[in-house]
Amino acid sequence: MCPLPAPFHDWFATRGWQVHPHQQALLDRADAPSLLLVAPTGGGKTLAGFLPSLVELAAGNRPGLHTLYISPLKALAADIRRNLTRPVEEMGLPVRIEDRTGDTTYTRRRRQRADPPHILITTPESLALLLSYEDAPRIFAGLSRVIVDEVHALAESKRGDQLMLCLARLNRLAPGLRRVGLSATVEDPAAIARFLARHPDPCAIVHADPGPDPDIAMLATEAPPPWAGGGGRYAIPEVLAEVRRHRITLIFHNTRAQAELFFRDLWMANEEMLPIAIHHGSLAREAREKVEAAMVRGDLRAVVCTGSLDLGIDWGDVDLVIQVGAPKNVKRLVQRIGRANHRYNAPSKALLVPANRWEVVECQAALEAVRDHDLDGDPRGPGPRDVLCQHILIAACSGPFEADALFAEVTDAGPYAALTRTEFDACLDFCATGGYALKAYDRWQRLILRDGHWTLRDPRAARDIRMNLGTITDAEMVKVRWQNRLGGAPLGEVEESFASTLTPGETFLIGGQVVRYVGLREMALEVAPAPGREPKIAVYSGTKFSTSTQLSERILRMLGQDAWPDLPRATAEWLSLQREVSRLPVPDRLLVETFPAEGRAHLCAYGFMGRAAQQTLGLLLTKRMEDEGLHPLGFVSTDYATLIWGLDEVPDPAALFDRARLRQGLEGWLAGNAVMKRTFRNVAIVAGLIQRNRAGARKSGRQATFSSDILYDTLRRFDPDHLLLQVTREEAMRGLVSFARIEELLTRVGGRVDHLRLARVTPLAAPLFLEHGRVPVEGAARERLVEETAARLMAEAGLG
Amino acid sequence: MNGYDFDLAGARLSALPTGALFWAAEGCLAVSDLHLGRSERYARRAGALLPPYEVEDTLARLDADIAACRPRTVICLGDSFDDAEAAALDERAALWLARMMAGRRWIWIAGNHDPGPVTFAGELRAELALGPLVFRHAAVRGASVRGGSVRGGSVRGAPGEVSGHFHPKVRIAGRGIPCFLVDRQRAILPAYGTYTGGLSAGDAAICGLMGSGALAILTGRTARPMPMPRGRNGQ
Repeated sequence: MCPLPAPFHDWFATRGWQVHPHQQALLDRADAPSLLLVAPTGGGKTLAGFLPSLVELAAGNRPGLHTLYISPLKALAADIRRNLTRPVEEMGLPVRIEDRTGDTTYTRRRRQRADPPHILITTPESLALLLSYEDAPRIFAGLSRVIVDEVHALAESKRGDQLMLCLARLNRLAPGLRRVGLSATVEDPAAIARFLARHPDPCAIVHADPGPDPDIAMLATEAPPPWAGGGGRYAIPEVLAEVRRHRITLIFHNTRAQAELFFRDLWMANEEMLPIAIHHGSLAREAREKVEAAMVRGDLRAVVCTGSLDLGIDWGDVDLVIQVGAPKNVKRLVQRIGRANHRYNAPSKALLVPANRWEVVECQAALEAVRDHDLDGDPRGPGPRDVLCQHILIAACSGPFEADALFAEVTDAGPYAALTRTEFDACLDFCATGGYALKAYDRWQRLILRDGHWTLRDPRAARDIRMNLGTITDAEMVKVRWQNRLGGAPLGEVEESFASTLTPGETFLIGGQVVRYVGLREMALEVAPAPGREPKIAVYSGTKFSTSTQLSERILRMLGQDAWPDLPRATAEWLSLQREVSRLPVPDRLLVETFPAEGRAHLCAYGFMGRAAQQTLGLLLTKRMEDEGLHPLGFVSTDYATLIWGLDEVPDPAALFDRARLRQGLEGWLAGNAVMKRTFRNVAIVAGLIQRNRAGARKSGRQATFSSDILYDTLRRFDPDHLLLQVTREEAMRGLVSFARIEELLTRVGGRVDHLRLARVTPLAAPLFLEHGRVPVEGAARERLVEETAARLMAEAGLG
Repeated sequence: MNGYDFDLAGARLSALPTGALFWAAEGCLAVSDLHLGRSERYARRAGALLPPYEVEDTLARLDADIAACRPRTVICLGDSFDDAEAAALDERAALWLARMMAGRRWIWIAGNHDPGPVTFAGELRAELALGPLVFRHAAVRGASVRGGSVRGGSVRGAPGEVSGHFHPKVRIAGRGIPCFLVDRQRAILPAYGTYTGGLSAGDAAICGLMGSGALAILTGRTARPMPMPRGRNGQ
């Protein structure tokens, strides 16, 4: 066991603290090339990560950068610096600590490059930017340790893939660099270890004491949950009572829009004026920082929030977490629950508020999964190639490189360990020539080969590449701020597509207040307060998560029970009634009901595949129905089922589920769908085909931009095998289209489709009639919509 | 051809769903803002390497319109080339263009992207008067109404103006759709080129040009009229 040096020992001792076993373990194994620490929230993870660095630096007289600390959240970097500076000063250690994010001033960032601190706390994007500079080798030459915080969260996104490519580069610049990953509890730590470690280095996993099981239950409410919809506003009286009963409550929502609505109604019911705030990713940084500061000071009793607080500051005083809406994913639920009670070895307390009847079932299944320590998660595929393309461009910015050397380097990164040379060469070719079948850019290549080294043809391109760095491709957002005469302070942002539906005078909710749209100035929406008005709701892109495969399976198993004593009575009765008039879905069969309702023929397919896959199923089935003259009119999907309505009854639903035909629809017709276009846009941005930011571009130059849809259509027509289309297809299969889950379903049911013809709508299908997000059938229907709207407007204007 | 017919200064014109304007009586086809060579210009300036198929795509659509209308005159209303260097089309595209030009009058109106002489045959004009119409790149405020007030019907003797430049679009059913804008004095054509963005028809830059009762004619499968939206958000 590595003994703690005297100043550390004394520092712990004067506080009456003990070094946790996992903190000691990290000290003992400080020489390991890679280490993964799995610990619950509040387990002293951050200090565990830093201790070996501090011990090494305490020896003193060490110039230059020693440790990089990577945090996924900008907001966290400054916080961690403050938290770390305190013990360093108290122990009198000769250690300089700084943070560097997109918010750091230009002068400070320049100085950091010239004279780096011992410990630099930064984000994946800021690291990538540092690596794009010519002086990166000098900055990182002496780097000794890199700590990746919240590596479990990073491992789920392209940000993590990019970070691992950056670490591979760091290892070349600083041989002997050691990596430490800090992770929350995950279902497959070995996968995170493989992701983190330099391939093929081993990566030992240190497990901290997971602590006591959480105290978790469903919130009992007077009013039963509604049949459909989200938001959980029916539970506000009980939620408020819980807030009153606890010191600080975090109220998690799955989407920003729901958080806004809930906060507004909660505030109206809050007669005692308890200090309650709202926090989500679309609020202005100033607004979020205010909430965070109030939280740290202990001035708040509750915060209504979204995933923006999934990661972040350890607030010791939070003693209750309320999850509104089904958690969709057990792992995320466990991590959210961990936000309560950050004291080591104290149980976290959490309450679930299902938003509707279906979610009651899902919440119950999730509760059982948490009790069984049955975490879920879908294994990720290999590192996506659009991220690699960006990495190649970043490498070119920092200086000429040899293809062989760069290939060897990127395959050091866990997610790219299995990358073939052919795949790499295709990415390099994309960066250099565009990778088109038509070799059009011989004279204007982006990268050219000179004496065996690839280099930027025009060095000025480096600036645009740096300006477009990163893998976060949110929808286009428009800033919202108060009118100039009200001070012009920023409030947050809304999606561009939402902003474009607003006309002056219309109202919407943001940051819990109703505001009135006044006008557009310098690409920002100017608003004025509009208290008491009924708002249009701000629409955010906030990802709609799909219920995980494991949780869906659990729900299906639960439906197979003879009775449901653990469920609220209203929900149990609902399920019993379904069993009586129709059937309950079972794991190895597919239940399809057909029945007439509202003068239309309806078909309901209970696939339990999650919202994204059910949505894709809806698109594919309605297309097939249209081909067969069954006149579908539209469909709606939830995590559990897809409901289709049309003019004609479907005589043989089983025939619709022919795997080959569904696949055909995917390859042909679905390729032109908006979902694919959205996926393509993200891929094209990450790979550098679409530059969102250009040096010197006029801010209002909207007519100079053209939509990524046109690029997608052009590529599909002229270059269907282009690299970016390949990447788009791969991504859509796993992501928005989720065809993989449809394949799983078809394999699982193996043709066992139970078709029930019924006289009327069934209990399970009824909630779908109330769901939002009804999709009119594409093609003819969409065309008709345009036609009808145009005709109606003409008639209204008296121009018909 | 699923076009939408309307009258401008006494001329019967047809807005085609492709974004081209056909004047059957004169055998005259007008298109605007082809922006040929835009992807190459991006590449030359060390920007992104866009799919280099937009020239082929734009010419193919123009070829189809010419085959369908068999015009005696083709007028390209400016910004036909994304810049002077882009006008050096590759051999295949140049031959294709030459084939389309053969046997008909071809007029290049100068645009802000391509003000100078082009390397191709045809006439280069700042503007062109033809019967009751004048063709130019960008609409001139008030230009077509000299000699009379616009109130109370069309002004006898004032030429109708046909132009491009603005790439007008309207948002409808959640999509931005390129459109013609038409009132009693002028028609503004949508951009015909494949890689062209668009400006909301409700934008002040456009709104101020169009009189009351102006129509937006949507391109797509069929050319469909609707009242021109006013205000930034196209309402």
